Amino acid sequence: MKPFDYVRAESREDALRADGRVIAGGTNLLDLMKLEVETPDRLIDVTRLDLREITRQENSLRIGALVSNADLAADETVRRDYPVLSRALLAGASAQLRNKATTGGNLMQRTRCPYFYDTTQPCNKREPGTGCQAMEGFNRILAILGTSDKCIATHPSDMAVAMRALDARVEIESPTGETRMLTLDEFYLLPGDTPEKETVLEPGELITAVHLPEPPKGKQAYRKVRDRASYAFALVSVGAVIDVQGGKIAAASLAFGGLGPRPWRNADVEEALVGETPSDAVFDKAADVLLADAKGFGANDFKIPLTRRVLKAVLSDLTGVSQ
Amino acid sequence: MTEHLKMDEVQPRLLDETGQGAITRPMDRPEGPLKVSGRATYAAEYKAANMAFGVMVRAGITKGGYSIDESSVKDMDGFLGVWTDHMIRNSAQGMMDTNPVQLGQRVQYLGQPIAVVAAETFEQARHIANRLKVDYSPEDGDVDPETASQVDQSVALDQGDLEQAMKDAEFTVDSTYTTKPHNSAPMEPHASLAEWDGEKLTLHGSYQMLKYNKNELADSLDMDADDIRILAPYVGGGFGSKLGIAAEAVGAAVAAKALKRPVRVVMSRQNVFEMVVRRTETRQRVRLAADKDGRLTGLGHDNRQSNLPDEGFSEPVTLATHFLYGGENRRYEQEVARVHRMAAGSVRAPGEAVGMLALENAMDELAETVGIDPIDLRVRNIPEIHPESGKQYSSRSLAQCLKEGAASFGWDQRKGPKERREGEWYVGMGVAAAARTNILMESKARVTLNPDGTALVETDMTDIGTGTYAILGQIAAEMLGLDPSKVTVDLGDTDLPAGSGSGGSWGAASAGSSVFLGAKAIRAKLAERLGCEPSALRLQDGMATGGNNRRPLAELMEGPIAEEGHIEPGDMSDEMQQAGYGAHFAEVAVNSVTGEVRVRRTLSAMAAGRILNEKTAASQVHGGMIWGIGTALHEAIEHDPRTGHVVNNDLAEYHVPVHLDVPQLDVMFIEERDDHANPMQVKGIGELGLAGAGAAVTNAIYNACGVRVRDYPATPDRIFPHL
Repeated sequence: MKPFDYVRAESREDALRADGRVIAGGTNLLDLMKLEVETPDRLIDVTRLDLREITRQENSLRIGALVSNADLAADETVRRDYPVLSRALLAGASAQLRNKATTGGNLMQRTRCPYFYDTTQPCNKREPGTGCQAMEGFNRILAILGTSDKCIATHPSDMAVAMRALDARVEIESPTGETRMLTLDEFYLLPGDTPEKETVLEPGELITAVHLPEPPKGKQAYRKVRDRASYAFALVSVGAVIDVQGGKIAAASLAFGGLGPRPWRNADVEEALVGETPSDAVFDKAADVLLADAKGFGANDFKIPLTRRVLKAVLSDLTGVSQ
Repeated sequence: MTEHLKMDEVQPRLLDETGQGAITRPMDRPEGPLKVSGRATYAAEYKAANMAFGVMVRAGITKGGYSIDESSVKDMDGFLGVWTDHMIRNSAQGMMDTNPVQLGQRVQYLGQPIAVVAAETFEQARHIANRLKVDYSPEDGDVDPETASQVDQSVALDQGDLEQAMKDAEFTVDSTYTTKPHNSAPMEPHASLAEWDGEKLTLHGSYQMLKYNKNELADSLDMDADDIRILAPYVGGGFGSKLGIAAEAVGAAVAAKALKRPVRVVMSRQNVFEMVVRRTETRQRVRLAADKDGRLTGLGHDNRQSNLPDEGFSEPVTLATHFLYGGENRRYEQEVARVHRMAAGSVRAPGEAVGMLALENAMDELAETVGIDPIDLRVRNIPEIHPESGKQYSSRSLAQCLKEGAASFGWDQRKGPKERREGEWYVGMGVAAAARTNILMESKARVTLNPDGTALVETDMTDIGTGTYAILGQIAAEMLGLDPSKVTVDLGDTDLPAGSGSGGSWGAASAGSSVFLGAKAIRAKLAERLGCEPSALRLQDGMATGGNNRRPLAELMEGPIAEEGHIEPGDMSDEMQQAGYGAHFAEVAVNSVTGEVRVRRTLSAMAAGRILNEKTAASQVHGGMIWGIGTALHEAIEHDPRTGHVVNNDLAEYHVPVHLDVPQLDVMFIEERDDHANPMQVKGIGELGLAGAGAAVTNAIYNACGVRVRDYPATPDRIFPHL
């Protein structure tokens, strides 16, 4: 670990003024620093800031950036109105990690691509321009959608998948005191030619909260497929909100984990469902749309048929159609 | 005085005569409270005055020469030095007793320890190790076992004509199975604190077999073994990875000597995944030829595996295949591909852990082909005598394990593939036999009985989490007629009599027999003083009875009586086929959408001679079954196809079962005595719990959903495409 300065921010102004890497729970950042994948000169500890509240506002639920994953999963409103989020949180990490990890930190966690973690290996995300070893290497857990010829990393969060399905928006405060609100699609960048840049967050900006809109109509589900029963990253996960009215799908919101460099959502998939009478054929069509551009890299090829199966099972469950 | 026994003939069952009741009962570990309250001191927890901190430097290339650039780090905070002297390429193999391969300034795999850095703090040392500039001259080297240019081939046995037997058979199975490499990944990483006093070296380490480790370390450092003392009173798991001296011990000793300061080196988790030893991957072909009744007429078990050049170890994949089932035509062929991947060596139940997966899967396939119950098939094929050597078997309760286990498990409720479904889940049952060769090793211990009715057991034997403290105390207590709480056990110090060390499931039998013998010699002295034959002596709760006399121990003793016990293997090991046996049962559910597997319950019926402590023995079997679940469903080292390095070198991506993967695990012991094994009639149980366990799980997967997984581990992607 490279020696670093440590600044404890006592106020939001402190945090926004200080120039350095923000740390909250540190469940991912500390590991990366020990391996010297990340070598910040200064850490700004924001855990003393007043960002631990979950507050109901008009038309939304505001989740402070420092609300722990454990507290958020256990929150009564979240469990009642946004069960997909509670389920997603509980599907992630372990109890100990969920106690430490925060809402803002979870959004900012880095990929679990093993080549990113090994500093003897080239990695365009860690050291731009050095190449990607994962494409022709061991890529079982890596992406099939949204990749570029520079990077095939996945975003590992479960929480963010559910938030994506719930149309959450990230509240960001800038050093000049301005606040902007971004959807997760706006917040996360695709790798393109710059896989080192994962979000639109500018230096000095701070995530202060996540806002969930009004609870959506319909049924919600989070389904995660993984290599062991707990404490494993998703091979494929689906966060879904489906509303059926009069035998037809009135609204659909679907986000996917384990498939792409960000929580994956494709409006065309939802369009393929809305207005349709739920059936196996309709579900297959939605899967066709989702996976039209999917590309495997060998060890992760299986994710393509697995995603189809999981998506169809989730849709069947939520619409009451038996497969 | 030393009570010496070479196990050349059957010994009387003295432990059936002693009446203390200390043995067999499920006594808690005496050191348990120390461990759970953090008071048991492990290697990395020792502190020495003026101690410096070392970190191993890892090679960044697969093969080639290297040189370090000390100037790149010498101005960094806390820098004390960097050394490449004496670096060992990988851990010593078990009982090697000499230095492992030492290459000088050469790299033979990515991740190899190439230097040790020392600094004033651990954090500084780690940072320096990360920043040290190393100049490499890379060379090409084979990393893929399937295409390696150097392959050592051997045919262990070619008996009869297997090809012809396969042609003539009514039923055959010819299947190929693959297993991925495994890592021991003990909870406690390898750690050493080295302190020099002139030419004398004291090492606090985490090792399994101290008498060998001392010699391995001495040889690695070019010094006299008599000048080394190793202390390892507590070891946080070994599973083979601490059988032989490892890089951190050599690194700590080298740095400490140069600095004239104590130096502690602790391996990172990533180091443990690279610098120690892995279990090799295997490709196994099993051929079975059977007559119309399912009786084997032929059996073949070939394997291909890999290791580094010049590494003597090969995984004994067919260890149990040789003696478990009959069939006169037999053939075994082995290929070891030489590749530049981390070294392969002993990992929990070397041989059986993966060899029995293939054998027991093939037996399951044969049962289906023949159309008989898998338990019937196995019982039918238990041979009268060893099918290759012709030896007699010692105790062998395999049939009882299969039958009594089946009855207890509810095997009669088993249905066919896809016949039992609960919601999305297919549910099925599987069985596999367990067999693990029983081994007796030379071992010494000193037992001291004090007039106050307390006793002391001393040996350099180790407790690697297995319960050695408990069972050695129980044996001494049983023999001396004391409550086990009166017996103190001192372990893990090379200044004490040399024990067998922990490995190969022989520790309890071997170190235990030496304690038994030491105590037996004390009994002889007490009998003499009481004026009776040793055979007439009864010791219970501090009272000695015999020859119409009954007296408190204290009255028979003028001072402490200390005797050394010394056991050696003898003719019984050569003349009799000795092994522990068992049967594993598993019920699993397979998700029809995703192919995810959940083990719902297991039962292991085990026969391992006399059980010394039903609690620690059951714990060993639980551990074995958890390994079995991991082997079947999760564990896999992934090597990069180009560099050969371990890609998933941490516990986030190298998956072992977590709590939610482990259901109710039941264990039953079949009452047994093995008169040929040792004077206590016990057999090893540790690795028996793993032998075959994973095959019960994969056989259950087939029974649940009709998918035969022949490529381990059975991750969802190996199942759902076939549903």
